[in-house]
Amino acid sequence: MSETLVITGAKVLGAESADIIIENGIIAEIGTALSRSGARVIEADGLVALPGLVDLHTHLREPGYEASETILTGTRAAASGGFTAVFAMPNTSPVADTAGVVEQELALGEVSGYATVQPIGAVTVGQKGERLAELGAMASSRAKVRVFSDDGFCVFDPLIMRRALEYVKSFGGVIAQHAQDPRLTEGAQMNEGTVSAELGLAGWPAVAEESIIARDVLLAEHVGSRLHVCHLSTAGSVDIIRWAKKRGIAVTAEVTPHHLLLTDELVRGYDARYKVNPPLRREEDVLAVREGLADGTIDIVATDHAPHPSENKACEWQAAANGMVGLESALRVVHQSMVQTGLIGWDDVARVMSATPARIGLLAGHGTPLEVGQPAHLALYDASVDGVFTEADLHGRSTNSPYLGRALPGRVEFTVHGGRLTVDSGSLVEGLNA
Amino acid sequence: MSARTVLHEADISRALTRIAHEILESNRGAENLVLLGIPTRGVTLAHRLGALISDIAQQTVPVGALDVTLFRDDLAKHPTRSPQPTEIPAGGVDGKTVVLVDDVLFSGRSIRAALDAIQSVGRPSIVRLAILVDRGHRELPIRPDFVGKNIPSARTERVNVRLVENDGSEEVTIGE
Amino acid sequence: MRHLLDTRTLDRASALRILDVAEDMSDTQSREVKKLPTLRGKTVVNLFFEDSTRTRISFEAAAKRLSADVINFAAKGSSVSKGESLKDTAQTLEAIGADAVVIRHPGSGAPQTLATSGWISAGVVNAGDGTHEHPTQALLDAFTIRKRRFGSDSRGRDLAGLRVVIVGDVLHSRVARSNVWLLTTLGAEVTVVAPPTLVPQNVSLWPIRVVYDLDEALAEGPDAVMMLRIQLERMNAAYFPTEREYSRRWGLDARRVAGLPDGSIVMHPGPMNRGLEISSEAADSPRSTVLEQVTNGVSVRMAVLYLLLAGERDDERGGDL
Repeated sequence: MSETLVITGAKVLGAESADIIIENGIIAEIGTALSRSGARVIEADGLVALPGLVDLHTHLREPGYEASETILTGTRAAASGGFTAVFAMPNTSPVADTAGVVEQELALGEVSGYATVQPIGAVTVGQKGERLAELGAMASSRAKVRVFSDDGFCVFDPLIMRRALEYVKSFGGVIAQHAQDPRLTEGAQMNEGTVSAELGLAGWPAVAEESIIARDVLLAEHVGSRLHVCHLSTAGSVDIIRWAKKRGIAVTAEVTPHHLLLTDELVRGYDARYKVNPPLRREEDVLAVREGLADGTIDIVATDHAPHPSENKACEWQAAANGMVGLESALRVVHQSMVQTGLIGWDDVARVMSATPARIGLLAGHGTPLEVGQPAHLALYDASVDGVFTEADLHGRSTNSPYLGRALPGRVEFTVHGGRLTVDSGSLVEGLNA
Repeated sequence: MSARTVLHEADISRALTRIAHEILESNRGAENLVLLGIPTRGVTLAHRLGALISDIAQQTVPVGALDVTLFRDDLAKHPTRSPQPTEIPAGGVDGKTVVLVDDVLFSGRSIRAALDAIQSVGRPSIVRLAILVDRGHRELPIRPDFVGKNIPSARTERVNVRLVENDGSEEVTIGE
Repeated sequence: MRHLLDTRTLDRASALRILDVAEDMSDTQSREVKKLPTLRGKTVVNLFFEDSTRTRISFEAAAKRLSADVINFAAKGSSVSKGESLKDTAQTLEAIGADAVVIRHPGSGAPQTLATSGWISAGVVNAGDGTHEHPTQALLDAFTIRKRRFGSDSRGRDLAGLRVVIVGDVLHSRVARSNVWLLTTLGAEVTVVAPPTLVPQNVSLWPIRVVYDLDEALAEGPDAVMMLRIQLERMNAAYFPTEREYSRRWGLDARRVAGLPDGSIVMHPGPMNRGLEISSEAADSPRSTVLEQVTNGVSVRMAVLYLLLAGERDDERGGDL
């Protein structure tokens, strides 16, 4: 099933060049001047070899919203961006709040063939924030759910949040909070700031995110549980996480690629491609989250890939849906905003986009290092090219990307999932789904 | 640009004096007369004619301005024009003999627009047309009652009227 | 002029041109025959997604006085209430042959989306979008201030040195925003008075002064006091405690009106909440310009439609009067 691959001359984590032999889904050998008779040779001179990327925050939309994306199309998009595993958020229809739905998602992921799909379970029934969902049943199911989130909605009731944090301790789970005080953000359309005051769009103040994070880290400390903060976006939030970690609180945080690059100035012109939740923030916030990612306060990059059909974006701002697709562009955006600026190196990219997401999500067999004996999940990335991001770079079902027409560096040339090529010479391999 | 002068300062002055007399003759005096100039230079000429007529007839003749921009039928062929003020003298135009005054008569479209404009202001009993220069090439059946000078021209030539109050000099030229 | 979407990007020369053409339009409205043939053959569509009889009638009158054909599209009970998108509605209008679309919409930015989408080739006039802008309202307000101040000598003049106080719910007011930008462009000094809850958090970049005390602002003797309508729903969202308290602290009552210098005018875009933000004494006094604002609104909108539709059509450049 999986062929033997000989990758020559790749710069492992952007550093030393080496040859890598992949056999039976495992990294069999790393060295120089390697060969295997009959094997496919991939000349990877100058390409950066990274462990397969792991996205802790993806919306695959299936079941229920297949017009935007399916598990098959979403994992194809993931593979094209260098990802070999994605965690699927539960805001599907029906919501993934039972063992049945998460097992269905797992099964669909298994037959898709492009990336490993790990379902995330909802925290509360229907994500309504009123009653805990059967977290234990989901954990014991074939899907082995460990990450729970009501993403899209905040677990606002402090008592429910406390109970959830306590309950998941029984199986080592983690609650991933979408931090947004609903009362402070009723009808909110964009970041509350100088731009919103001018544009007449209701504001989403930073304090609505920060106050929830502050509360939740204290709750996590009090009950002795793990907390993960989704799509952190403000300078104040970075400060709170930094304080919490210094205090020894078990909190981790993620930032999206778009919050590393784009600001609320883009909302002028009311182009709904820039409408997202949490919203694009100020320049100061972008610089603060970059710094936070560089110094480890923010642990990982997660895409929050959120596909929408075109009629939900080609309309007036108020009527538009929140979200951007991001799997195909993530590595390139991180390259531009963090590596080209000298803030991190490729070894850090491996840490924040592969090893740590897998560790936080307790996904065994993924986020593993590029070492002999490890599963063969990797991406070969050409960091030397420049280009313009276009619709041709999108491989999911939806095209709501804020980067269309924008200059982005780099190109994923090869992606290997469990020893099998999913992307070959810059193009998706067809027909992998069972 | 080769332009030759067809009317000098003295020619313009003589022409206006003659027109003033002709208007008085045709109207049998200054009774009921109202002069309305079409902006921009028509207004200047109307004021001069008004002064001349008032002098000859020893009776003040009301003078005003009639902007025709909003009544033109060729607006879509040009960049957007700004209208000029319309000033109808106290006493209005109802039942009066209105003499429209303009500097150059060409296609006749401005005058057609002026006739429409006058109708929105009131109902004169008679409307006449006084022109400094008639350069031909009419596109509508419009003819002036009082003419300063007939100047045959090619369609592509430009006829320029300069008046002291508007341009600092006084002459009529024709050229490419 | 390709579109009129806001006063934020309307430069001084363009603003003065609109006001001066409005003077000419205003003059024609005192003639026996008010109708002009200027826009004959053009079709103006009033695309109103929000109820507004006053503004719609004003635009309709303006278009008809210029002999344009008017089509009124009210969203209630139309295909839009059944879920038709802005895009499909716009393309239907294009298929009908609209030359100009006057749009009022509850969503900020909708006119801009319409103008830049490529769905229609018609010129777009913003008749009020959400809480963003209402440019023709600001233009008629500026016209009114100028006319009261300079009378028949208004043409070509700006509002340099004039002091205007705007009172009320600035946070939610498109009239306030449009006025702030336009009045400042024309050289006036603008002071905004409101409870702190009704001023946007970040107005540091706005060219205005913010004062919370109405009496303090009025003591400076402004040339114009513009009262904004207060919406009672704001009370339920805790922006201010009671009508009574709002009226006492920010209402233009008889005492405050009497204290204004001679020549100061009182303005209101309408509709008024008599007794709440504006007392009857203020609304009915000779200082009040409420009715003139309505009349001037027709002249200003005639000017806007003329400048949008009469000349040869620009293409993408826009803003080129």
